[in-house]
Amino acid sequence: MRTIHDIHGGIHPPERKSLSRPGQLSHAPIPDELILPLRQHLGVPAKPIVNVGDSVKGGQVLAATQGVMSVPVHAPTSGVVTAIELRPIAHASGLEDHCIVIKTDGLDQWLTLSGIGNWHEADAAALIERVRDAGIAGMGGAGFPTAVKLNPGPTREIETLLVNGTECEPYITADDTLMQCHAEDLIVGAQILARIVSAKAILIGIEDNKPDAIRRVAAAIDASDADIELATFPTKYPSGGEKQIIEILTGQQVPSGGIPADIGLVCVNPGTAVAAKRAIIDGEPLTHRIVTLTGEALANPQNVVACLGTPIAALLEHANLVAEDQQRIIHGGPMMGFAVSNLAAPVTKITNCILAPTAKELPLPEPAKPCIRCGHCAEACPASLLPQQLYWFARAKDQDQLAEHRLFDCIECGACAYVCPSQIPLVQYYRAAKGQIRDSEQEKQRSDNSRERFEARQARLETEAAAREAKRAARKAAAQSKAAEEGEDPIQAAIERAKAKKAEQESAS
Amino acid sequence: MMTLLSEQPLLAAIAALLSLGAAFGGLLGFAAIRFRVEGNPISEQINALLPQTQCGQCGYPGCRPYSEAIADGDAINKCPPGGEETIQALADLLDVEPQPLDAEHGVEKEPVVAWIREAECIGCTKCIQACPVDAILGAAKVMHTVIADECTGCDLCIEPCPVDCIDLIPRKSGIGFWHWPLPEDRAPRFDVIATDAPARDAA
Repeated sequence: MRTIHDIHGGIHPPERKSLSRPGQLSHAPIPDELILPLRQHLGVPAKPIVNVGDSVKGGQVLAATQGVMSVPVHAPTSGVVTAIELRPIAHASGLEDHCIVIKTDGLDQWLTLSGIGNWHEADAAALIERVRDAGIAGMGGAGFPTAVKLNPGPTREIETLLVNGTECEPYITADDTLMQCHAEDLIVGAQILARIVSAKAILIGIEDNKPDAIRRVAAAIDASDADIELATFPTKYPSGGEKQIIEILTGQQVPSGGIPADIGLVCVNPGTAVAAKRAIIDGEPLTHRIVTLTGEALANPQNVVACLGTPIAALLEHANLVAEDQQRIIHGGPMMGFAVSNLAAPVTKITNCILAPTAKELPLPEPAKPCIRCGHCAEACPASLLPQQLYWFARAKDQDQLAEHRLFDCIECGACAYVCPSQIPLVQYYRAAKGQIRDSEQEKQRSDNSRERFEARQARLETEAAAREAKRAARKAAAQSKAAEEGEDPIQAAIERAKAKKAEQESAS
Repeated sequence: MMTLLSEQPLLAAIAALLSLGAAFGGLLGFAAIRFRVEGNPISEQINALLPQTQCGQCGYPGCRPYSEAIADGDAINKCPPGGEETIQALADLLDVEPQPLDAEHGVEKEPVVAWIREAECIGCTKCIQACPVDAILGAAKVMHTVIADECTGCDLCIEPCPVDCIDLIPRKSGIGFWHWPLPEDRAPRFDVIATDAPARDAA
């Protein structure tokens, strides 16, 4: 039996998970129009390889990778590309981004897919290539390109593949449902991923508030001949953070600024493992995902399998939204999610939950009151930071102190803001401060680069001027030495020639 | 000699001080030559803080000349591309009061890059010669283009262009450059005590 460790801080918000009836899964209808953003992951957007007017089939690549930190986008069904343009997407900024728009034809025709049958013998590089080509990005929320994660470099030896089935955020039951409905795929997917990173052990961690998922996964492990350990641990938010679950299950801390691979772990979401199984064995690209539709403003909260690109409005309609005045729709959960300003925005690879709360259920935050330095935030912080100090330094834009207080170790879980009696939007301060610091680092790099180029140009201009000057001096010296040889001063001679010519002209006139 | 000194303490004191002065003066003189630093280290530090647009809006031909001028006592508020942030950084470095940006030299604007409307470019190379960071690529009578990653948005290429085919477009547009803004400060002021608070609060 594995020793379960505790993490610092953490909170116990109301879970509200039964609302969306985890374990029951149905398909959302295919909408008339799918909007597929070119960037549904962390990194460089994919590059469209189809044109407006093209007919596409399900599984067809619409946009290809650009560089390493990029994943392709595939068509979730058959139809015609009607536009490649800026469309509203689900993003905290409310800005638009480049999307491929498909008008679906309702036939749902697919390309013939073929997987790798004998993945046990296949080369790890070939399997990674498959994962990349299937467009898999971490499905837990951050959307980190999975192929990059599976390639931690030759210097890092991987001991354990950890499947993070914590799903600690209130309301969300997408992973719970996935583990209940696709436990067998999850086991195979985990085995494939473990083979890719040559992990010696596979560990699946599930929070103890999901007994059905635990039972199903345990049964699936028993049914397979795989050597997989299933660990359960007490429910606490945010145990599902990558660094947090690693500490809970291993007692080890990921070093500040490091990645789990530094201590021999690769941590994936169960959705990612299932997607990897489908990519390798069935040859299926990532075109659908499980989305939790929940909140008291929905008459039929539920989990659905939705095509990527389905407008949020279509899903809300499917779940019978009873909209209030100024209805808030939240992408993600109540702790880390953000309000969506335009419901035409589509579901992407990172959309695990659409939350439609009533105003009573999740009231708007009251205006922030002054910080009273109570220190509750420091007690709640799972990363053992000092949120109150970070808050003051973020307000003062003191970047040195923010770095000193390890702002970049903040996982933005929102536990500090949850316990704050003054309702200060602490996480937004940290996000803003992180953005400002990244901005000024970029500007610094740009200006260093410009300085180098300016100085190189100055040096070039100077050498050019010096070369011209040297040439002129050489010509002058040559003329003088010639004069000395011939005993005649060329300048004096030229002046005299000019004088003679002038006199000639005068006498002529 | 010793007797003279012991009889004249005043002379002794003067002689001692003079010899000390000479010794330390010699030492300082030696150090000034031996440990001489080439260039002006303060102006290097100032130059590192300037935005390196090389635009010349400060009235000097580039950031380095302006940094040298600041080191010699010029005002620190003549750099519009750097804006308030640069002024603050310079004030911290030089331990002087920050001043508002001198509007005579321009106002703080969004960062931009130059963009050549390529169909209209006649290939005169004038912008190439004007560019302080060699960010324009091209040759005589063929189309020119801007290397956007290298362009500082200094606008020095706009003026020489005979056909006005260069635009300045915002550099940081689109979702990739967005980050969360600081929350609007809706908190009541903390620095007022109860008796200072506005009357409506008391009511």
